[in-house]
Parts: sequence; C-alpha cells; structure tokens
Amino acid sequence: MKPDLEVNLAGLRLKNPVLTASGTFGFGLEYARLVDLGAIGAVVLKSVTLHSRQGNPPPRVTETPAGMLNSIGLENPGAPAVVSKVVPELKRLGVKVIASVAGETVEEYGEVARRFAAAGVDAIEVNLSCPNVARGGLTFGCTRGMAAAVTAAVRQAAGDLPVFAKLGVTGGNLLEIAGAVAEAGASGFSLINTLPGLAVDLRQRRPVLGNVTGGLSGPAIKPVALWAVWQVYKAFKLPVIGMGGIMSTSDALEFFLCGATAVAVGTGNFVNPRLTTEIVAGLEKALAAEHVSDIKELIGAAHNGK
Amino acid sequence: MIYEVEIVTQRKVATGCYRLEMYAPEVAQTAQPGQFLMLKTSITLDPLLRRPFSINTVDRDRGLVKILYRVVGRGTALLAGRKLGRRLSIFGPLGRGFTVPANGRFLVVAGGLGIAPLYFLIQRLKALGNEVVVFYGAQNRFKLLLLEELAAMRVELFTATDNGSSGHKGTVVDLLRTKGIPPADLIYAAGPPPMLKALAALLREAEMPRAEFSLEERMACGAGACRGCAVKVIAEEGPVYKRVCADGPVFLAGEVVWE
Ligand SMILES: Cc1cc2nc3c(=O)[nH]c(=O)nc-3n(C[C@H](O)[C@H](O)[C@H](O)COP(=O)(O)OP(=O)(O)OC[C@H]3O[C@@H](n4cnc5c(N)ncnc54)[C@H](O)[C@@H]3O)c2cc1C
Ligand SMILES: Cc1cc2nc3c(=O)[nH]c(=O)nc-3n(C[C@H](O)[C@H](O)[C@H](O)COP(=O)(O)O)c2cc1C
Ligand code: FES
Repeated sequence: MKPDLEVNLAGLRLKNPVLTASGTFGFGLEYARLVDLGAIGAVVLKSVTLHSRQGNPPPRVTETPAGMLNSIGLENPGAPAVVSKVVPELKRLGVKVIASVAGETVEEYGEVARRFAAAGVDAIEVNLSCPNVARGGLTFGCTRGMAAAVTAAVRQAAGDLPVFAKLGVTGGNLLEIAGAVAEAGASGFSLINTLPGLAVDLRQRRPVLGNVTGGLSGPAIKPVALWAVWQVYKAFKLPVIGMGGIMSTSDALEFFLCGATAVAVGTGNFVNPRLTTEIVAGLEKALAAEHVSDIKELIGAAHNGK
Repeated sequence: MIYEVEIVTQRKVATGCYRLEMYAPEVAQTAQPGQFLMLKTSITLDPLLRRPFSINTVDRDRGLVKILYRVVGRGTALLAGRKLGRRLSIFGPLGRGFTVPANGRFLVVAGGLGIAPLYFLIQRLKALGNEVVVFYGAQNRFKLLLLEELAAMRVELFTATDNGSSGHKGTVVDLLRTKGIPPADLIYAAGPPPMLKALAALLREAEMPRAEFSLEERMACGAGACRGCAVKVIAEEGPVYKRVCADGPVFLAGEVVWE
C-alpha cells in the first residue's frame, strides 16, 4: 500500500509535504518545462515587495564549503506584476502557491499580503529577514516587537489564509521571536532562513560578494536548521516547515523526525532541479520500506523521551 | 535537459587545459553556439554547485558534445581527474546563444578560453558559407588552443600574445586597433572581462556597435530562477540587471554597462 504523504499545515492541506524554499525556485514557471510543478506539495514563491526592486550589485553568489553565499538583495518585479502574471498561471497549472511577502515597512508587508490574498494564493509566508528602513536596516526578525508588528499586519491582511513566519536564527533569541510571532497570529513557522556570512577573494584582497556580506545556505547549515526545528517544535504547538541543506530523502526525513510537518528544498534545486519531486518519490519508497503507513507518524518522532 | 552522460574522451590540450568529449545525443542535436551546460564536477556535497561550461562543438551524427576548459579551482580540477567511461551529470543546453546568419562576412574576437564558445560559432558560420575573420589572443603561444582545427576550417586568422611568442605582441584588442577593424556584418567576442570592456570601447570609438559578446558571471541555478548571475544592461527604462544564464550569456556589446 502507498504510504500517506498528505499533511495539514495549519489548515492548508497538501498532497505531500515537500515544498520549494523561497528564492530558490523563482516563481516556479522558470522550471515548468523541467519539473512537474503539480507534483510538488506547494511552490513557495520568491519574496516579493510592493514595488519592483533591482537587487544588489554582482557578484551575488559564491560557493563555500558544502554551501553557498547569496546576496540577491530581494530583486523582484513587484507585487502587481507577480499577482497579475504569475499567480494565475500557476493556478491554471494546478499548483498550490505560497506567496512570500517582504517589505521595508510594516505597512508594505500588509499591502503585499493583501494583494496576494486577493489573488487567491493558498497561504502566505512572511520573510522577516528584510531590513527595516525606519530602524536603520535592522531586520524585522531580530526584535520581538518588530517581528510581531509585521506578523500582525500580515495576519490581518491575509483573511483566513494560513500565515507562516519565516525566521532566521541570528539577530535575536529564536524562541523569544517565535513566541512573539505566534502571539501576533502566525499559523506556523518556516525555519530557517540563511545565516550571515562572508567570503574573501584573497588575490584581490576584498570580499567576493558585491554586497560584501551574504546569506549562507546548503548542507553546511543543516545541523543549525535541525536544531532550530527541534527547539521550536518542542516549545510551540504550531506546524513547522523545515529547511536548510536538504539534498536528499534522508535529509528530509531528519527534519520530519525533529518536528517539521513539511520540508522545503532550497539550494538543492540548483544542483538538481527535480529534487523536490524526487524526494516525494523517495519518501514514498522509504516509508513503504519501513512499513510506515503515514508520514504524520514520523513528525517529531525523534523527541520521544527527550 | 538533465542527463547522465558518458565521458568518451578527455585530452589535455595545453598546460592546465582540457577538452572533454561526452556522449549526449539530445544536446548534440539541439545545442546552438553560445549556449552552455551546467556540469556536476563532484558526486559529493563539496564542491556543491554545478559549474557552467560553454559548448565547444557538437557532432550531431555521432551524438557527441565537447567542452574546452581550464583548471582554475577545485571543480575544474576534479573534472580533469574524471575517468573515461564514467558518468557525468549535465544540465542543458542553457541560455540564449549567438545569432548565426548566412551570406555575410563576420569578425570573431577571442581572448583566452573565449575560444570555447566561439569555435562552435565559427563552425556554424562556415557551414553556412560565410566569410569569417578571427582575431585570437592569449598569454603565450601554448595557450592559443585549437589552432589546427581553425586552420582546417580556412578562416582568416590573426593571433596576438602577451609575450609576442605568436603573432602580434600585445592584446588582441591592441592588434585590432593596429590592423584596423575589418569590415563585418556582425562582430562576435568572448574572453576575460577586461578584454571585452576594452573591445567594447574600441567598437564604440569606431562606431561599429553591432557586436554580440558572450559574458560570464558566477552562477547558482543556471536556469533563470535564482537571479545570482546579474549583469547590468541598459534597457528602455534605464539600467537594469539581467540574468547571464537566461537572458544571455550573449548580449549586445552596446547594451552592457561595463563597471
Ligand atoms: C556561461 C559560462 C560559460 C563558461 N564557459 C567556460 C568554458 O567554456 N571553459 C572554461 O574553462 N570556463 C568556462 N566558464 C568559467 C567556469 O565556469 C569556471 O572557471 C568554473 O566554474 C570554475 O570552477 P572551479 O570549481 O574550478 O573554480 P572555483 O573554485 O569555483 O573558483 C576558482 C576561481 O575561478 C573563478 N570563477 C569561478 N566561477 C566563475 C565563473 N562562473 N566565471 C568566471 N570566473 C569564475 C573565481 O573567481 C575563482 O577565483 C564559463 C562560465 C560561464 C558563466
Ligand atoms: C539564492 C537564494 C535566494 C533566496 N531568496 C530568499 C527569499 O527571497 N526569501 C526568503 O525568505 N528566503 C530566501 N532564501 C533562503 C531560502 O529560502 C532558505 O531559507 C535557505 O536557503 C535555507 O535552505 P537551503 O539550505 O535548502 O537553501 C534564498 C536562498 C538562496 C540560496
Ligand atoms: S544562475 Fe540563477 S538566475 Fe542565473
């Protein structure tokens, strides 16, 4: 018998628990010829701001040991373009869509969320790692007050859609921030965003990235991500979307065991654009082989007695 | 688009430079000059990302595809050590290549490994009966690659080397400046950024703006999704970032903002 991969993410029913991580799969359509988008649990869109953004000067990516740094700088065409061109096309293809909203002010986050909710997306993810212009570039996710304010604004704008707060692990105490956004109405968490990092070009004696610093992702951050999922699962009752360095079915299983209800593939898409759908197939096989009839049996299973 | 292919031959063509041939019939069928492949150089998680390489030539009948590359870091070093008969994961052909018209006279300017995509272009241009003039520069004569193959194609070839060991002493752009830019319906170029920048300036002075340049930038996805490979170009609405992997790698010399 085929194992049951269906999960319920705070009311969002997904036929399988494998998603794409924001910013690593574009708007999905870039991969439409290569990947069966309908076979992915849900496509999480690249973070979108109200108006279009140019992004950071190049170089924007560089490889590091078992990982990479990026400083894309939220380049995106703006909410109106994505709402009118991308969302209808994804819906036509039968894809479940989670919009990732970003902004420089609390109001901007709310407005972007409102537009995506009106366009009929299935859920909203709040990218809390954006710099707050009013606070000199501190990210929204780094204090309880700012994280809660943004989450509340998005919660209000999103109607009855699930709202997932996407957190990093630096800048503030993870559990305190998670508590603040939960109180502000988050339906669940996306864990984790990239870690801050820097790479040096020895020959030119300067940082590699045009933006000097960037976000670290890939296998190098997997232990940090598992730690974050473990902590947040243990402390809160809300569902967690786990991500950070997932490159295989086994990696995904580790996240479920630590408490993730769903997983997202990020950097792994660059190495293998079909990794999401291959993990869906891999999970079916792995569960069948271990006589597990339902993925939900594994969620948080590593916590038993810990 | 993603294939596990077999390495058929791999030859050292100069110090640190290799030409690798793989059996990839689908790619051989559809590849256009200027397009590239993303290769996995390792079977472990480190190095992690695929590496981009231009398609150097294809043999449609035999289903073969070649790349020409220089060892500059860990990924290329691992590739050079890959055994024949072993499997290699490739993703491609990717990107928008050069335009390949017929019935014309064309100028090709190559610097160093820039010959990799241009060789394929020259083949296609010649196959369509075009007249092709090639200006090719490298550090020294040992680093001028594929000279015999170019000679066999009967292109008019001018070389330049930094130390004067072959042809003009100086850069290929110096040589063009000295000899004068031959009349051409379209100019093509690929090479290191300083060369392309100097060539773009020369072409602007000469009021010969019709040129297609193949650019390089560090890449993650190669598929237009991550926006990691940004290059600044002038669009109608002003300067914007475009993606080398999906909007290029071939751009018009006049549209690129050289920084
Ligand atoms: C569209 C495209 C086509 C290319 N075609 C060819 C080709 O036909 N033959 C060839 O030899 N090389 C080509 N390159 C460059 C090639 O991709 C890099 O040399 C390779 O990725 C280096 O990998 P590595 O692991 O050996 O080096 P790394 O350890 O990753 O880096 C070593 C050094 O190489 C430089 N480098 C790394 N990636 C790039 C890049 N993408 N562009 C420029 N410099 C880079 C870095 O500055 C670094 O100092 C191409 C690049 C692009 C973007
Ligand atoms: C190139 C790149 C762009 C990203 N863009 C975004 C983004 O726009 N919004 C966001 O919330 N996270 C973004 N991320 C973070 C990922 O969604 C993910 O949280 C992180 O990369 C960890 O997962 P991974 O190790 O599987 O990549 C980006 C990551 C990368 C590598
Ligand atoms: S490398 Fe990802 S968009 Fe070009």
